[in-house]
Amino acid sequence: MQHGKYRFIVGFLAVPLAIYAVFVISPFVQAIYYSFTDWTGLSSDFKVVGFDNYRKMFEDDIFWKSVGHNVLLLLVLPLVTLGLGLFFAFMLNVGGRRRKNAAVAGVRGSGLYKVVYFFPQVLSIAIVALLFQFAYNPNSGALNSFLKAIGLDSVQPDWLGDPQLALWCVMAVMVWSNVGFYVVLFSAGMSSIPRDFYEAALLDGANRVQTFFRITLPLLWDTVQTGWVYMGIMALDGFAVVQIMTVGPGGPDYSTEVLAYFLYTKAFRDGQAGYATTLGVALLIVTMIFAGVVMKLGRRERLEF
Amino acid sequence: MTAQQGPRELPGVDSPKGRQGSEGGVLNVFSHGVLILWGLMVTLPLLWAVMSSFKDDKSIFTSPWALPSSLHLDNWSRAWSQAHMSEYFLNSVIVVAGSLFGTMLLGSMAAYVLARFEFPGNRFIYYLFVGGMSFPVILALVPLFFVMKNMQLLDTYHGLILVYIAYSLPFTIFFLSGFFRTLPSSVAEAAVIDGASHTRTFFQVMLPMAKPGLISVGIFNFLGQWNQYLLPAVLNVGDEDKKLLPQGLVALAVSQGYKGDWSGLFAGLVIAMLPVLAAYIVFQRQVQAGLTAGALK
Repeated sequence: MQHGKYRFIVGFLAVPLAIYAVFVISPFVQAIYYSFTDWTGLSSDFKVVGFDNYRKMFEDDIFWKSVGHNVLLLLVLPLVTLGLGLFFAFMLNVGGRRRKNAAVAGVRGSGLYKVVYFFPQVLSIAIVALLFQFAYNPNSGALNSFLKAIGLDSVQPDWLGDPQLALWCVMAVMVWSNVGFYVVLFSAGMSSIPRDFYEAALLDGANRVQTFFRITLPLLWDTVQTGWVYMGIMALDGFAVVQIMTVGPGGPDYSTEVLAYFLYTKAFRDGQAGYATTLGVALLIVTMIFAGVVMKLGRRERLEF
Repeated sequence: MTAQQGPRELPGVDSPKGRQGSEGGVLNVFSHGVLILWGLMVTLPLLWAVMSSFKDDKSIFTSPWALPSSLHLDNWSRAWSQAHMSEYFLNSVIVVAGSLFGTMLLGSMAAYVLARFEFPGNRFIYYLFVGGMSFPVILALVPLFFVMKNMQLLDTYHGLILVYIAYSLPFTIFFLSGFFRTLPSSVAEAAVIDGASHTRTFFQVMLPMAKPGLISVGIFNFLGQWNQYLLPAVLNVGDEDKKLLPQGLVALAVSQGYKGDWSGLFAGLVIAMLPVLAAYIVFQRQVQAGLTAGALK
């Protein structure tokens, strides 16, 4: 059995590990190093400048504007997306009643709903962003002509061109494309909750709202928390939707600028590779703080079942 | 949003029919209404794109919601040949085929060793791989660009394939090592006693047994790699003809904005959407299983 074991292990691990080290680990480590240099990315000379990039970042208005937008996305997106996901999943798994002699079941056609709701999730975010860029078009887009068709000729917003509205339009697209995933995720979690819990609640005369808040939500809490972290990481990205959908540098008057897109323009348009990696480190720190806060706030007694 | 407040106001309302219990009737009508509404919100934009792809430019602008008066199939052929969609499609097929094969092969090899063999450093390597799932790719992007540049891998198929493999390994190894651990060890031991080498045991005994897991994670990787936008948008910009499908479509939209071929653009959009939607409908069970397993770790 032992014969050739180590040769086998090394043979099987060497290539995957090498590829992973070169293309994933080394760039991450380098990013932290480059954030302390004045590297332009255009030439190979650079020098270590200590915390200069970090100082520059703290004085950069557009950086703070992007952080503000990212924080808004972090607060609004998970709340709306997970809220809708929970509501739909509850309807599809527990919401229906009195069918096939089962006390607890999803509403009719729940399988079909789950398949359809998931559609946006399998499309490339680039394609989704492009589709909605057309839909938001103020002159001939689907949205404004729909408003016109129902008699709202006077309400013809400029959607992505309006600095007040642009970020909300971007958020709506991100909600649209992600709700389906959470419906499926929460459905998977809900199906592992024992039926007797629901039957007992039903016998005690609990209605659906009470059932949801007393049974489903507490037992699903771990999944909700994981979903919150996932959605938060999604909210911190937003690169494709902002790059493709919004006009100008990060939307009209930087109204949709987010850290990921700001980093991209600094690195690949402005020749400030060192500064861009500093923004990347800031993004990593925000991500970690966010995950830590969710885990800490969300901690409650673990329910075993 | 408003939908969530709905049930809070409604419970206890008696059903007009009475037969369905205290909250069956009215609430069921209400909840079906909300569910159908979201179903429409998901499907209408997609249907609108399909409809527009059959129209001429003028009616896209004048009556976006009307059914096409006649089917302009020329939009599709124009998008496919003149607008280079066929080339972008082929590029995506080449890159995704290569990286999917590499990801599955290398990922299952590493996962197998990490799941079923004890050796010093096993846990360290496992967490090194799995840790990659939780970091934002964008942070690595700038140095990655220069790593690729120095190795002369920018704007090449094999460069993109290697990067796709590298960034797919964390989830693949995490998922498959969990799967290999659940397989019975008696079969593998029997094979080794019969004189099969470890390598042979892996390829002829263990991989066939892991087929359900391989399919789940394979479809997951296919969707992720086929839909990838950020990596090619940075690492594959030198050569117009080498663009991948989502990237090529976005480039087309930018240039088309000046040329005004909207119907062709919609046709291109639908051409890009159809394969994944079709693949998803066929494999929806495995897709949902693969995605939820990843998040429920």
